[in-house]
Amino acid sequence: MATAPDVRRLPRFSRTERALHWVHASAFFVLLGSGLCLYLPSLAQLVGRRPLLKDIHVYTALAWLVALALVILAGDRRRLLADAREIEIFDDDDLGWLRRRGNPQGRFNAGQKINVIVTAALAFLFTLTGFFLWYGERNHAFRLQNALVVHDWLMYISFFLVLGHLYLSLVHRSTRHSLSGITRGWVREDWALKHHAKWAAQASPDD
Amino acid sequence: MPDPLPSSEHRYGRRGFLLLVAGGASSLLWAGPISSFLSPLTSAGSQLVGNLFPVGGWRIYTISGSMPIFDPASWRLEVGGLVKRPRTLTYDQLTALPRAEQTSTFHCVTGWTVKNVHWTGVRFQQLFDLVQPLPSATAVRFVSMERPYDDSLTLEQLRLSDAMLALELDHQPLSRPHGAPARVILPEMYGYKGVKWLTKMEFVAKQPRGFWEQHGYDQNAWVGRSNGYGS
Repeated sequence: MATAPDVRRLPRFSRTERALHWVHASAFFVLLGSGLCLYLPSLAQLVGRRPLLKDIHVYTALAWLVALALVILAGDRRRLLADAREIEIFDDDDLGWLRRRGNPQGRFNAGQKINVIVTAALAFLFTLTGFFLWYGERNHAFRLQNALVVHDWLMYISFFLVLGHLYLSLVHRSTRHSLSGITRGWVREDWALKHHAKWAAQASPDD
Repeated sequence: MPDPLPSSEHRYGRRGFLLLVAGGASSLLWAGPISSFLSPLTSAGSQLVGNLFPVGGWRIYTISGSMPIFDPASWRLEVGGLVKRPRTLTYDQLTALPRAEQTSTFHCVTGWTVKNVHWTGVRFQQLFDLVQPLPSATAVRFVSMERPYDDSLTLEQLRLSDAMLALELDHQPLSRPHGAPARVILPEMYGYKGVKWLTKMEFVAKQPRGFWEQHGYDQNAWVGRSNGYGS
């Protein structure tokens, strides 16, 4: 999309960061769709072919883990470590922002930091409970009665988290420009100054 | 040891992640009781929004969105097809047949399991003796009051020692969600083979494909050996 010549662009997410995001997002939707078709009678009835859906679910989970590992191994690890450090630290402005005081924010605002932390925990727990579900069928000593209940709870939590994420990135007028950062890698400087003022003040333009 | 931070900065990220992981992993121990505790709430909600929530360790599935209602006065079990003496049993006649009991594990094809379920009911042999299947009969098609749900089992499978036409669950008559007044139980197979809200048993020469089999599920739903499990 063409932008007016006087609009300055700030590079927000690198290729590695964007690859990590999209690997995670695309796997999530395939896993959610195939999982719901395995779990909800109304969808199971509509789709049928349970063994195929199960294979899709299990192999997508495997592909997701392998792809995440590949992005980390082949990508810009220094940048990812910098992200982790940024997300690790909550400063007084972050705490103020969470209390709706409108404090200036860094490249990630406090809500985005929390989203990353919760998403990472959900990913870990999905993998753990998914492993027990898969391996428990092969070795009944690992068949934990609650694994499916927890796997389902995680699905509900992540489903509503993703709904909120989609609302903010696609619908909400003030925040939806952030989508440009995770698709094209850059955001408009004027937008960044409003939403991520501390970062925008130090970031160098893309041009 | 990480560098000390200014007092305006706090290392919350990793701590938050670890707390969430610890809470989530520990829920493998306590999720069951909590899920049971919430079951009165979730069972009502489940019917409303398409069977989304578990109920006391069980998940109640319907294909039509509502559960059939059992009326003891009008309910009948029709047992016919390839038999010498077709019968139509009332609830009283069915419950008057010799009873059997068993404790077994219930497996659902979607992955959940309920252990130590106590069933009381009638062995299928009792019904075979009553109607006397013809030599050409090889299987029974079970028809539910919930249309169009049906499924079938071979006579050989129905003669397994723990196959049962269950009338009670944990010493109580089957409740509506569990298939009142009668449901098929074969613990070696996934639950979709166990037709609930039973109203008809039809002896047939060739085993037909039931509701889920027509949607690609396995005819012989052995636990751990069918429907993509154990492959």
